[in-house]
Amino acid sequence: MRVAGLGKTYRIGLSGDRPTTAVEAALRWARNPVRRGSHELFDALDDLTFDIPWGEATGIIGRNGAGKSTLLKVLTRITAPTRGRIELNGRIGSLLEVGTGFHPELTGRENIYLNGALLGMTRGEIRRHFDEIVDFSGVAQFLDTPVKRYSSGMYVRLAFSVAAHLETEILAIDEVLAVGDAEFQAKSLAKMRDVAKDGRTVLFVSHQVQTVTALCTSAIYLDKGRLAYEGDVAGALDLYRRSFEKFALEQRDAGTRPGSGELRAIDVEIGEDQLEPDGEKTILVRVGANPKLIGSYFVSCHINDVNGSVLVQCDSRVVGGWYDAATEHTIRLTVRTPWLKPGRYTVDVFVCKTGVLDAWEGAAGFEVLPHNPYPELAGDEALTKGLVLADFDYKED
Amino acid sequence: MVQTVITPPGRFAAPNLREMWNAREVLYRFGMRDIVLRYRQTAVGVVWVLLQPLVSAGIFSIVFGQVAGLSSDGKPYFIFSFVGMLAWNLFSQVLNRSAGSMVGSQALISKVYFPRILVPLSGILSVFVDFVIALGLCIVLLFVYGINPGWPVLLLPLWAVLIAFLGAGLGLAASAIMVRYRDVAYVLPWLVQTLMFASPVAYSVSDVPSNLTTLFNLNPLAWFLDLFRWSLLGTPAPEPWKFVGAVVVSLLVLTWGMFVFQKFEREFADVI
Repeated sequence: MRVAGLGKTYRIGLSGDRPTTAVEAALRWARNPVRRGSHELFDALDDLTFDIPWGEATGIIGRNGAGKSTLLKVLTRITAPTRGRIELNGRIGSLLEVGTGFHPELTGRENIYLNGALLGMTRGEIRRHFDEIVDFSGVAQFLDTPVKRYSSGMYVRLAFSVAAHLETEILAIDEVLAVGDAEFQAKSLAKMRDVAKDGRTVLFVSHQVQTVTALCTSAIYLDKGRLAYEGDVAGALDLYRRSFEKFALEQRDAGTRPGSGELRAIDVEIGEDQLEPDGEKTILVRVGANPKLIGSYFVSCHINDVNGSVLVQCDSRVVGGWYDAATEHTIRLTVRTPWLKPGRYTVDVFVCKTGVLDAWEGAAGFEVLPHNPYPELAGDEALTKGLVLADFDYKED
Repeated sequence: MVQTVITPPGRFAAPNLREMWNAREVLYRFGMRDIVLRYRQTAVGVVWVLLQPLVSAGIFSIVFGQVAGLSSDGKPYFIFSFVGMLAWNLFSQVLNRSAGSMVGSQALISKVYFPRILVPLSGILSVFVDFVIALGLCIVLLFVYGINPGWPVLLLPLWAVLIAFLGAGLGLAASAIMVRYRDVAYVLPWLVQTLMFASPVAYSVSDVPSNLTTLFNLNPLAWFLDLFRWSLLGTPAPEPWKFVGAVVVSLLVLTWGMFVFQKFEREFADVI
C-alpha cells in the first residue's frame, strides 16, 4: 500500500457560507455573480507520503483533530482526496463504525447478508463464513428476531462479527474495539491479531494506547494533518505522550485557550506533586475576577490518565459550588475516591457559566507513587486490569 | 489481486460499470430490504399495492368519465384509467423512491464506501414487485371486461423497463441535487402531481382540444401511456415516432441522470 503526496482540503465557510438551499444559492449569485464566495481552506491532511508493507499492522495515532479519521476515510474511499495518489494492492475493507447499514426491522440473518454485502463481501463469502459469524457473535438463538429487539450488546457483537470476517487484503479499523463487554473485547482483540498474522494489512486508529501496543507492528503519528513520524510503535507512542506535555505548555498562555475568555483560571496547583494511591488529592484552582460579569460561575475538573482517558469529572455544581465572578477566588477541590493507580495524571480545568468561559486542558499534572495501597501484596496482575483502584474488601457472610 | 488507485476526482466522471457490477450484491440486498420491509411492517402489505390504483381508477372514472363525460378511446373508463395508473405509478414511484434515497441513507454514505449510485437504483426493484402485483390484477380485469390486447402485449415489459429508466434518470439527478439543496424535496412532490394531471393518465389525448395537442405530444409520458394502452387494451397503435421517441428519450434521460449523479458523487460524504 503506497500513499504519495496525499492531501485533503475542506472549505470552511466564514459565516456558514455554503448555501444550503437552491434559493439561497440563486440569491447569492444574483447579488454578486462574480464573487465565488469567501471561504477559508482547511487542510485536514497535507502532503502525506508513506508506504505500508504487505502484512503490516499499522497504528495511526495523533491527538484529536490530527486527521486520523480523515485519513481512514480517504483510504477507504468514503471521501475523495483533494491531492495526491493512493495505490492499494488488494481490496480494502473498513470497520469504521460497526453496525452501519444494519436495519432495525430486519432479522439478524438478513442483516448479516446486507451488512456483509455493504462491506464488500460476495454472497459466496458471506455464506461460507455465515456459521463462523453467528458463532463468534454468540446470538445464534436470536438469528430470526429483528435486530431492534436485540440488546445493544448483542447488536454490536453481531455487527462486529460480520466485519471481522471480511476477507479483504487490507482492513481499516477505527476505535471499534471499545465495544461489548470485557470478554468480547478480548475476543475481538484476538481476532484482530489473527487477521494481522494472516498476512493481511491492518490499519488501526485508536486513542487506546494499550490496544495499539498490543496489536500493531508499526505506527504513524499524525500532527495537524501532517506526517510527523513513521516507524515503530514505541517511537510513535512516545511522541504521542510528549505531545501532551507540549500541549500543556502551550495552554499556560490563557489567550490560546478555548472558551469565551470572560473569566480565566489564573493558576492550578496540586497539593503535592507526588501522591499516594489511596491518599486525598487536593487541587487548588485560582480564578480571576471580572466585575462586568453578572452572576456566579462553577468549575469542573477532570482527571485524565496518561493515555488521555478521563477518569473522573468533578463538577462543582453537584456539590453546590457556585462562585461570584466579581471577586477573585481560590477554590480547593478534594478528591477522596477512587484510588488512583501508580502513574502520571493530568488535570483539565473548566470554568463555566452558561457557556464555557475557560477550558484549560492539561492545567496541571501529578504523579502517583508506585506503592501498594492494599494490606496484602500480590503479583502485578492483581492490579493491572482496571483503570482505577477501589477501596474494597471481601467478607464471608 | 486487484489493484486500486485512488486519485482526486476529475471534472467528468462516467459511472464505473465494472465496479457497479462487482457490487451487484449490494443492489440485490437493498432491494430485498425494501421489499421485505414493505410487506412485513404493514398488516396487509399486498392489499395496499392493489387498493391504491383501484381506488384512483375508480375516482378517475367517476370524475372524468361520469362527471366530465370524457371519452376513453372506446374502452371502459375504469380499466382505461387503471392502465394509466399502472404506468404512472411505475414512473412516479421510481422517481420518488430514488429521489429521496440519498438523503435517507446519510449514515451509510458517510460511513462506508460502495458505488453510491446503487442507493437510488435499488428502489427500482421493490417498485417493480409492486408493478407486477398490480399487473396481475390488471390481467384479471382484462378477463372481466373481455378485452384481448393481442400480440402487442408482448412488448409490455419493454415499455415498463423504459418508463422506469425515465423515472430513474430523473430520480438520480434529483437525489444527487437533493444532497446539496434540500428544497428539491419540497418541490418534487408538487412537480410530480402537476405532471400527473398534465399527462393523459386519467383521460385520453383524443379529448384534448386540437390546438393543445402539440403541447401534449411533447410530453414523453404521453407516449408511454399510449404505448401501455396499446399493449394492454388493444387501442390503436401509436404513431411510429412515439416508439422511437420513447426508446431514445428514456435512454438519454437515464444517461443524463447518471452523469449528474456522478458529478455530485465525489462530495457526498462531505456535504451530506
